Amino acid sequence: MFVNRKAPHGSIYAYEGLEVILIFGAYDQEISAAFLDDAVLSLKKGQDTSEIGTKEFSATFRVLEAYGVENRYVERESLEQRGLTEEDLVMDVEVVDGATLRKYMGEQDVLLPF
Amino acid sequence: MKFGILVQEGPYNHQASDSAYNFIQAALEKGHEITGVFFYNDGVINTTKLMDIPADDRHISKRWSDLGAKGIQLIVCVAAAKRRGINPDVLIENARIDGLGQLSELCIESDRLITFGD
Amino acid sequence: MLHIVNKSPFKYRNLDTCVRVSEKEDPIILIEDGVYAALKGSSIEGLMKKTLEDHPVFAIRADLKARGIDEVLDGIEVCDYSCFVDMVEKHIPYSWL
Repeated sequence: MFVNRKAPHGSIYAYEGLEVILIFGAYDQEISAAFLDDAVLSLKKGQDTSEIGTKEFSATFRVLEAYGVENRYVERESLEQRGLTEEDLVMDVEVVDGATLRKYMGEQDVLLPF
Repeated sequence: MKFGILVQEGPYNHQASDSAYNFIQAALEKGHEITGVFFYNDGVINTTKLMDIPADDRHISKRWSDLGAKGIQLIVCVAAAKRRGINPDVLIENARIDGLGQLSELCIESDRLITFGD
Repeated sequence: MLHIVNKSPFKYRNLDTCVRVSEKEDPIILIEDGVYAALKGSSIEGLMKKTLEDHPVFAIRADLKARGIDEVLDGIEVCDYSCFVDMVEKHIPYSWL
């Protein structure tokens, strides 16, 4: 499982993390992705990086499902802390609380942070 | 047990690379196997041989290269390396530049995958 | 699951999220700047005491020593890299970077 926690544009982690998710998806492994803390901001609608000159990649999250990332979780408190709701996000996700996310994390062989 | 290591930060700026190295040394001393070290994000900068380090400090890329000489595979992500000017000309001995698929392989081969970063 | 925390709790909220996304008895290991959470008499002592009620907490000796911390909060177990390796052997690790 990819457990993402970083915001999208101030550093490259979210973008390079997404690249890893796509490659792993192509390798046909069973993968899931979780977004918590600032990583929920990567999924926010309406991002436009044209004036800062960095690559815009929020739209790419929409292809995760097609890449076999069937389980996409967002932690509820992270969303609420940032004043966001599920409707603000670019892709369909399952919003879960911390305890449920921990349960899913406990079912994984590998937990990769980005 | 088989441990795979992921290094996400460059040398010197962060302690990540030192912690990864210390962890590997302790694991080897205990008789564990290190399946490989994968360098991603700024972690790829660990593998440049152009580092010029004062004699009183640790030489991080040399330290990795010596570990590679012991047969531990050092894999540098090609996409991350290209962004940061790491290519075969500047790469330390005993490391190789390869695709992200190798990280996937490392996850499969290892009993545990542990990440060091910032 | 083993939670690895490497950030100072005074600048980052990693420890808060880690505790929120954890199960009772999950071990937490403090490494690098994460060991500052073991300081006695700090403003986060309350959070740490609460964390210690539900989790075994470890701190790496070498990181404490490097930062001049010779005394840690009661209940935090000081451990070396060898014990860090043992813990990763026992649990699937996640680094709260």
